[in-house]
Amino acid sequence: MTRESRRAWLTFAVALGWFFLLLWPLTGIKADGSLTFDQTLAIFWRVAAAAAVLVVFWRLKRKGSFDGAGRGLATARAALARGISVVPAWIWWILLAAGALSYPLLTNRYGQDVAVTVLVYICLGLGLNVVVGLAGLLDLGYIAFYGVGAYTYALLSVNYGLSFWLCLPLAAALAAIAGCIIGYPTLRMRGDYLAIVTLGFGEIVRIILNNWMELTNGPKGIISIPPPSIYVPELEPTLHFVPFELRKITYAYYVILGLAVFTVVAVHRLNFSRIGRAWEAIREDETAAELMGVNTFLLKLLAYAMGAVFGGLAGAFYAARYRFVNPDPFTFIESAMVLAMVVLGGLGSIPGIILGALALIALPEVFRGFELYRMLAFGGAMTVMMLVRPAGLIPAKRMGQRSEERD
Amino acid sequence: MAHLLLNDVSVHFGGLQALSEVSFELRPGEVLGLIGPNGAGKTTIFNVITGVYRVSGGEVAYAGRKLAGLKPHQILAAGIARTFQNIRLFTAMTALENVMVAQHCRTRAGVLGAVLRSPAQRREEARIREQARAALDFVGLANVADQVARNLPYGLQRRLEIARALGSEPNTILLDEPAAGLNPSESRDLMDLIRRIRDRGLNVLLVEHDMKVVMGVSDRLVVLDHGELICQGRPDEVKKNKRVIEAYLGH
Repeated sequence: MTRESRRAWLTFAVALGWFFLLLWPLTGIKADGSLTFDQTLAIFWRVAAAAAVLVVFWRLKRKGSFDGAGRGLATARAALARGISVVPAWIWWILLAAGALSYPLLTNRYGQDVAVTVLVYICLGLGLNVVVGLAGLLDLGYIAFYGVGAYTYALLSVNYGLSFWLCLPLAAALAAIAGCIIGYPTLRMRGDYLAIVTLGFGEIVRIILNNWMELTNGPKGIISIPPPSIYVPELEPTLHFVPFELRKITYAYYVILGLAVFTVVAVHRLNFSRIGRAWEAIREDETAAELMGVNTFLLKLLAYAMGAVFGGLAGAFYAARYRFVNPDPFTFIESAMVLAMVVLGGLGSIPGIILGALALIALPEVFRGFELYRMLAFGGAMTVMMLVRPAGLIPAKRMGQRSEERD
Repeated sequence: MAHLLLNDVSVHFGGLQALSEVSFELRPGEVLGLIGPNGAGKTTIFNVITGVYRVSGGEVAYAGRKLAGLKPHQILAAGIARTFQNIRLFTAMTALENVMVAQHCRTRAGVLGAVLRSPAQRREEARIREQARAALDFVGLANVADQVARNLPYGLQRRLEIARALGSEPNTILLDEPAAGLNPSESRDLMDLIRRIRDRGLNVLLVEHDMKVVMGVSDRLVVLDHGELICQGRPDEVKKNKRVIEAYLGH
């Protein structure tokens, strides 16, 4: 055993000891007053064994025992990449579309429920990506626009009977106005100060929703919000159209899938336009951007408003899906969650953010039995991610592509 | 015409007088060298012209229009582009994208155009790309168009700054120490480039410490010292001027 490997194992032992301390909330107390560590030990040994195996593999890799296997793997991967590139891109798009469209037919209600949540967060993540990833403005109160969108649809449909489809653009517009109202005073600040002020505004919106009894019914919320409905043709007695409510979760899935696809396309196209370039210039060097002809204030406001638009759309869907809104879901922790998706997935990268949303919503569902430690696993995963892939799961690609004619 | 006029321009920061009553003009189609020892106020003049600083007194006029109160992006739109003493490229963007940003003030397409990819927006994008490529080509960077700015060698980054300024289709270009850090052969290329810029009908205001470059390309010189204009005239006249020699060599 070399010195180096002894040190590695020592570090590992210390880490295990630290992990054991972290497990103290699992300690129980028996009727006779003695402590019990059954649950603690059950988890501890499993994790310790798994980690030990990983460390052994890591040591072997350091020694070079896997070099042969690594080369084999590399050739296999290259062959796979060649195979993938042989098939034209549109086939992959069709396969993806077919998979997304047939998803509800292959899964149960629970699976669809998770998928809908993931899609909502994809919309939110991409919206926040416009502000944080493209324009480089740290926004900690993003969820406020989600709330504005949700309450817009809730109030307009319950009080005035407006349809969901009409309310979608209205929710987007109101969220954009809210974005401008919040952005106008705050965007004069930069960096940390901006983050703190947006955090404050996010809370203000939630508190207003909570206390404006006459309008929002306060913490009791708004109930019996109608689901989206479409008109379907009916032949009896003559051809006429009847409203059909999209009540089932399957329909909700298709509605949010449409919204998510729209968001992806819109964000992608904005990114690859003069506006996207100006945003990136602001992110890189705000002063230079201003001197190179970019109206920085207006474009930062626009980034804020566009982010709010996508948040507002997702919010309207939220209200239509649960048919109930109250101020509870629009807390800071949700803003932090969406921000975590954007950072984890890769700032400015659309596939990265989709993967980030999947990772942060779907994975905790998988580990539901492990409820108490979700946050610990979450934090651990984030830390490892930042060490291993600091630019995100799928970092935004740098390429002349932004300037090339490509879709 | 692209006639830039500084009339009794003064700037002070608190008690510090950075510029006092400086007047000179940049005529259409000429290269004007702006020289002076460190701290003489050369970069301050650039910042006044491009709207970064406000004048404390006097005025700047461009093509018969006063520039007071205009924001930097409006001044670029009016036709005055600049480069920076410390290179300030958008480092994560490619060379071509850097130049394309400069076209922002010449284009109009909005959010809806971008999201819907309207024909007008597509035409505009094509035009932006074409203009940017032309600017890169002009400074000789066409072959590195798709490289990320950060990865370019220093000399090319200096050139890219000039290309970015040219990308905004200016009538006047302000170059802030473009030869800083260049080797002699790169400096010669730069002089050639400045002459070609002038031959395109642009007027050039050049701040430069490299006397060979500044004497070589300037039609006229303006000399500043401690925020005051001490001399202006043809390079050979200025070289003999007593106050200039004093300012550079001391008493």
